[in-house]
Amino acid sequence: MINKVVVNADEAIKDIQDGMTLMLGGFGLCGIPENCISALVKKGVKELTCIANNAGVDDFGIGLMLQKRQVKKMISSYVGENAEFERQLLSGELEVELIPQGTLATRCMAAGYGMPAIFTPAGVGTEVAEGKEVRNFHGKDYLMELAFDADFALVKAWKGDTAGNLVYRSTARNFNPVMAMAGKVTIAEVEELVELGELDPDHVHTPGIYVHRIFQGKDYEKRIEQRTVRTK
Amino acid sequence: MLDKNGIAKRIAKEIKNNSYVNLGIGIPTLVANYIPQDINVVLQSENGLLGMGPFPFEGEEDADLINAGKQTITTLPGSAIFDSALSFGMIRSQKVDLTILGAMEVSENGDIANWKIPGKMVKGMGGAMDLVASAKNIIVAMQHVNKAGESKLLPECTLPLTGVRCVKKIVTELAVLEVLPQGGFRLIERAPGVTVDYIKSVTAGKLIIDSDVPEMQID
Repeated sequence: MINKVVVNADEAIKDIQDGMTLMLGGFGLCGIPENCISALVKKGVKELTCIANNAGVDDFGIGLMLQKRQVKKMISSYVGENAEFERQLLSGELEVELIPQGTLATRCMAAGYGMPAIFTPAGVGTEVAEGKEVRNFHGKDYLMELAFDADFALVKAWKGDTAGNLVYRSTARNFNPVMAMAGKVTIAEVEELVELGELDPDHVHTPGIYVHRIFQGKDYEKRIEQRTVRTK
Repeated sequence: MLDKNGIAKRIAKEIKNNSYVNLGIGIPTLVANYIPQDINVVLQSENGLLGMGPFPFEGEEDADLINAGKQTITTLPGSAIFDSALSFGMIRSQKVDLTILGAMEVSENGDIANWKIPGKMVKGMGGAMDLVASAKNIIVAMQHVNKAGESKLLPECTLPLTGVRCVKKIVTELAVLEVLPQGGFRLIERAPGVTVDYIKSVTAGKLIIDSDVPEMQID
């Protein structure tokens, strides 16, 4: 087996340069690559294009990178809950491309499956369709959407082994598997790095071939955005 | 006139036994509280869960287990978890039977606008465009008029569209309306104590009124 292990986040992201395009897994603050984001903030790389479903909140997740003005452009489906984001957007400091969530996921998937484009009905007849090729199949219109082309994908998994095989936990899976498949270089941070043989091959969500670097993360905060409970 | 829970209660009556349903954020989320106990309904949350359960008991919240509104939730016996591409795969391939979502505007031909107010609100469409483009059945839950008192049921939407010709039914605090295939809002039911004339006065789009419009039956 090929050993993909690096010591930590700083080592994993050391060749991420200004102006690159990154994918970041997660839905809201759930399943985000916390250690990689901290390392990017520390490194101070700028002019980044970030493909991520959301933009974090003001003081957590991608919001930390926005605070440091490291992001030139966000490609997301939903960016509420972030005042700094909204300020940068309305003042023109930040470029934003909003795309349907399923389109976002499927453009990642296409990259990981080696397909240049996909066709989806999402956005037909709306401003999302502007400038895009429309094709009619069986009487219904579809937009042609291109596979993403990202320099790095940063994903978070629950467990991973030294060969880069990944297992996610609960809904923290979300965009992580499709982004893991889509990066030219994929970096996986995991809560628990295990030895070969400890993951049941039948239970692997992302095969290690897609993962170039893996490290065991630390100090996970796993912040909850909307704590909703019922009483006993 | 209904409150938000009343709208949710009325919509819950539209849900059929043995169906898969996606609930949007806001009033649609409340619908889950009123689904009759005697029917089987599986709730889909587009962040990657089928079989969404109730909120967790205090102290049992799990940061890894949320719904599309980012609320902590639970799974149920028989739940399944999957990635975002698969989640929208089942939406696109029409495995989800019913989508219930909110709207800022609906037009008389079934167009919906609910994701953007140019120059003011830039939150994004999330999964709404995918859902409305593919859903077999779409019910909109919304207030009849906006905060400025203007009708949200229009001849044509004025805000950027989320989807075209897709809304089948609308439930507001005042009425239940069906969007006819040839265009127009057919008034099916009126809320308790609300007159047809009042509904007429706050509906800007074409309203089709039968001779007798029954009052909603909700308890």
